[in-house]
Amino acid sequence: MSFGYVLSAAGMRYGDRDVLHSVSVAFNQPGLVAIAGPNGAGKSTLLNVMAGLRESYAGSCQFESREVRAWPRRAFARRVAVVPQALRLEFPFTAEQVVLMGRTPYCDGLFESPEDLAHVENAMAFTDTLPFRTRDFRDLSGGERQRVILASALAQDTPVLLLDEPTTFLDLHHQVSLYQLLRRLAAAGRLIIAVTHDLNLAATYSDRVLLLSNGAVAADGPPAGVLTPARIRDVFSVDVQRLAAPDGRSWIVYGRETGHA
Amino acid sequence: MVVKRATRSTLTRAVGLSAAVLAAVLIGAPLIGSTTIDLAQAFTARESTDSVIFFSARLPRVLLAMLAGGALAVAGVLFQALLRDALATPYTLGVSSGASLGAVIAICFGLELVAHLPAIWVAAFLGSAIALATVLAVASEGRRMSSFTLLLSGVTMNSVCLAVILFLQNVASFTQSVAITRWLMGSIEAVEYSTLFWLSVAVFPPLAFIFWKAGEWNLLSVGEEWAASRGVNVTQLMRGGFLAGSLLTGAVTALTGPIGFVGLIVPHALRMRLGADHRLLIPCSFLLGAAFLALCDTLSRVILAPTEVPVGVITALLGGPFFIWLLRSRRRSLWL
Repeated sequence: MSFGYVLSAAGMRYGDRDVLHSVSVAFNQPGLVAIAGPNGAGKSTLLNVMAGLRESYAGSCQFESREVRAWPRRAFARRVAVVPQALRLEFPFTAEQVVLMGRTPYCDGLFESPEDLAHVENAMAFTDTLPFRTRDFRDLSGGERQRVILASALAQDTPVLLLDEPTTFLDLHHQVSLYQLLRRLAAAGRLIIAVTHDLNLAATYSDRVLLLSNGAVAADGPPAGVLTPARIRDVFSVDVQRLAAPDGRSWIVYGRETGHA
Repeated sequence: MVVKRATRSTLTRAVGLSAAVLAAVLIGAPLIGSTTIDLAQAFTARESTDSVIFFSARLPRVLLAMLAGGALAVAGVLFQALLRDALATPYTLGVSSGASLGAVIAICFGLELVAHLPAIWVAAFLGSAIALATVLAVASEGRRMSSFTLLLSGVTMNSVCLAVILFLQNVASFTQSVAITRWLMGSIEAVEYSTLFWLSVAVFPPLAFIFWKAGEWNLLSVGEEWAASRGVNVTQLMRGGFLAGSLLTGAVTALTGPIGFVGLIVPHALRMRLGADHRLLIPCSFLLGAAFLALCDTLSRVILAPTEVPVGVITALLGGPFFIWLLRSRRRSLWL
């Protein structure tokens, strides 16, 4: 049994639209991987295929040497946790109840065990969500909700974590602390794959960037090699410059549109 | 109001309180009515008028109201979780009228038994399942289902079924036509104990299934992908849920006709107190739904005594304003 994912010629069609075609990549060691690319490049679709939420994918997407769609749901949920971008609730669940749902794949009786509760407590402490544990999830701000959703996935205690634009609603402080948390998790031997629009966050924190364009892989490798000004111009049609920060990190700056050549 | 996490002790307390309320109604409701009865006399003298009124007229009627109310309240919770819509109930989705139409068709064609089962029950179950499938098919746009189209499809289903029932009533014989009246507006009547037994056989297995899956309804009421990525087999769960909901609605409606709003009022009042956790919501909805409909039925017996009002009239008069209040308060939270 091998660690993580191996995709070969994985594809996905919605109607007659090829959203993802012939993606062959492997995510087979621990680390933080950022998936970047323009709108409609297939980032979320790729993430959903790996999360086992799109079973009609073409080609092959294997997790731990077994096709994703062939995994029993409960066993898969103990290996892979998914963080959706947002969640709209119809019913008055509290923040804590939302996090508790992450323990479902371990829960055998009607109620959670003390061990489940310890995981929930930890996950909520990590994400700074304990102060509003008993509040109605629907009354929380966008950023607070996003952290509760993350806590729910952490409570799932899996070696693999898939996140769909986890920083959309977060303020600067929480963006940075989220990525620092993801780094710590990756350093502890987990595989973290996050779809992101923020190229600088991706460049600063990830070990590897997978750049998608029109449903195919445009580049794949360490951030410095992938996020070059020339490639960003090709893929995003935006002129960028790479500046060196005083501490030696490079920073991608943009603001001017290119005329299409 | 702080909602506490569901534990064995919160469940015990909530179920204990609800059961106490139900017990009080069970003892009190049969004593109320146009004739005053002596309970001691009813239990000691078998042949006395008191005994006949208590055991043949009032008790079975109260028990029927309880079984029906409990089943309808749980069906409400279930449809709300399945469709992630607080306004979904057997009545608003048109499932109750589908079941009624099924029952009426069985009566008009003079069917008695289908596959050794009472034809009215089978037809009511088929009616509810077909109505549910139709409403869902009409309301779904791809993977999404909007609350508005769902409600509109339910309303349409209600009017069409009602129209067909009225049509059939006009072409039916006089006796059939009288029998059909019950399926226009739901009412509770005294039934044989054997009928109550068979109703229990029909409703308790789906109720047990629904309670057994309580934790999974929590996840499904948040989202299908949310549930799937936490280990729930969503397709199987939803299939079981729709089947259980049709069975509950069909079995109850075969005996009482369409009774609305129980599945709306009871779960909602409970959510305000207990929160959204289905492990508490489902058992308490059953117990308090049972108490609620038994109380409504008692009211329907005494409000114009000695004449009786169908209980569906009472629940609709209480439920209509409640529904509108809910619709308005929800609009604020959803569309801002």
